[in-house]
Amino acid sequence: MKNSINNAFKVAKKENRPALISYTVCGDNTKDKSLQILNSISRDLDIAEWGIPHNCPTADGKDIQNSSYRALQNGIRLNDIFKLVKRFKKTKPSKPIILMGYYQMIFNYGEKKFIQKCKVSGVDGLIVVDLSFPDNKNFAKLCKKNSICFVQLIAPTTTVKRMKEIIKNSHEMIYMISTISTTGSALKYSIKRIIKNYNAIKKIKPSKNVVIGFGITEKTISNLKSADGLVVGSAICREITRSLKDRQNPVTNVSKIVRKLKNKII
Amino acid sequence: MIKLKKKTPIIDQHDKFGFYGNKFGGNYCAETMRKPIEDLSKLFEKLRKDRKFLKKRDHYFKHYLGGETPFFKLENLTRYLGGAQIWCKDVSAINGDAHKAYHATVNALICKESGKRYIAGDTGAGMFGKNLAMAAKKMNLKCKIFMGTKDISRQAPNVKFMRDAGAEVVPVNSGSKTLVDAVSECMRHYVSNCDNTHLAVGSAIGCNIFLKICAWSTSQISRELKKQLILEFGEIPKLKLINVIGGGSSALGFWNEFIDYDKKHVELIGVEAKYAAPLSTNAKVAILHGAAQYCLTDKEGQIAETRSLSAGLDYPGSSPLHGLLKDSGRARYTNASDKDALAAFKLITKLEDIRPSLEPAHAWSECIRLAPKLKKSDVLVVNNCGKGYKDKKIYIEELGYYPK
Repeated sequence: MKNSINNAFKVAKKENRPALISYTVCGDNTKDKSLQILNSISRDLDIAEWGIPHNCPTADGKDIQNSSYRALQNGIRLNDIFKLVKRFKKTKPSKPIILMGYYQMIFNYGEKKFIQKCKVSGVDGLIVVDLSFPDNKNFAKLCKKNSICFVQLIAPTTTVKRMKEIIKNSHEMIYMISTISTTGSALKYSIKRIIKNYNAIKKIKPSKNVVIGFGITEKTISNLKSADGLVVGSAICREITRSLKDRQNPVTNVSKIVRKLKNKII
Repeated sequence: MIKLKKKTPIIDQHDKFGFYGNKFGGNYCAETMRKPIEDLSKLFEKLRKDRKFLKKRDHYFKHYLGGETPFFKLENLTRYLGGAQIWCKDVSAINGDAHKAYHATVNALICKESGKRYIAGDTGAGMFGKNLAMAAKKMNLKCKIFMGTKDISRQAPNVKFMRDAGAEVVPVNSGSKTLVDAVSECMRHYVSNCDNTHLAVGSAIGCNIFLKICAWSTSQISRELKKQLILEFGEIPKLKLINVIGGGSSALGFWNEFIDYDKKHVELIGVEAKYAAPLSTNAKVAILHGAAQYCLTDKEGQIAETRSLSAGLDYPGSSPLHGLLKDSGRARYTNASDKDALAAFKLITKLEDIRPSLEPAHAWSECIRLAPKLKKSDVLVVNNCGKGYKDKKIYIEELGYYPK
């Protein structure tokens, strides 16, 4: 569905709250379980991010590494991921889904074939962690041509000059990394400083949807309510790990967590 | 076929995106790392032209690392094999016991110049870790070394060196618990600490700037060798330069000054470990640790596990610069098994006084295979890039003894 990402932000804005975005790893801990989790939490979500597991992730913290490891151990493949996205979209056609992964997985599959597959399975957006600007220009164009949102990232280390160029080349959504870290570590900066970085991006182009991710948990989420969107990943993956360890059902536990997160931002 | 540029150092033959031959290298990294690596690139480009810095580097190479490493003929081995003349560039004689000493020292010097107080590096065989720990101590830097737990146990003597020098050795327990995982973990550490930490990548791999710094540092080996050859032969004779390849940092240093020569004049031969051999087994190009390179993967594109007795070679990828040398036809690559390397060690140490580590034992194996087929006028030079003491335990386990 075209522009479903923009719509998701519009809906959240109408309700005067940030969009809630989850990150889980596709196939964690099994293919079916990961789809059940996503189906269950999606009622509280505005956008779902699904990770494509890779065994040499250079920007992920322990929690997401564990999730990816479980998914790979259970044999997840790219073609399975596309099938699962299709199944998800069948029941929730208007819920935007973004795939997130490392460039090696796309490169190995073939860029064009990968994007074609995304398109037919119903993927709305892509985040490629290690394909940063300006190296991503061609790939981003290819995404746009196929109505897929390529999500550019901005980090605390990004200079203003670079920020302007990245924003100019961005699509509907921009991902702001809150703090200098891999995924899932504690916020190193004060909320004030994170909001300041966020405002710097918004000032350049107020109409862009900017989401904040990395280090967002139940504890920190309400302080960042003023953002267009907030991404929670490691906190959810951690809950899956804990549930599996305690032999509990990750579907219900994760759903509870996501509900709690949602309640903190409405 | 990719064409190499003459009279341009191989490390500088990339485009503005960091690609060699439109195919290898690049900067596949998280946005957080972009600014730090850009800053590092600027600093490095400035320093490599800065006379004061070069003087400092040379001073450290001479007085801290012990100066020129020896070059000599292995008379007994030459006689025994009865073909080509066999010569040894004994880089293992350096203070620090391996070529990684150059690379580690330069990184510590750059870290100092950058004003950062922390330095982090990965290591497999422990040679880079040990040298980085010692250089950091010398230059008063706080040092963290990332090492797979499998390597920590099989390269224990080097781990002790690192700890004694005051470095923190961070055990990496993910994946295959070897070098590939250590590099990943070290890069993650950098992503989280790039505001105060200098990243010293242990081989000629990683984003563009890291492999440039590495190959620039080790090129000291071929600068010396060129002089030594002329002193010995009065010219550059018809040569074959044989070097082991893990990531490929020692080979790049050993070959750097000879790349512009015709391959019929100076042939470059790289030897990989048999089950970690992306260059010699026609592996596909993959993205690993920030760069496109020949790399072992499975069908799905996941990075494959490797298997080698030698921790320094137990790595699925290869330097993008070796991809360039392979595709341009300038270098050729082959491989040797654990067994081949052990047999080479056995023969060499029986006939000669050198004690190569498992890594250069692979290069010696190719030398032993080639020499009998060649003429007396042919000159084979092997880079003996690491000292064997670190593998003493493995040699005893496999061969039953370690020579005096």
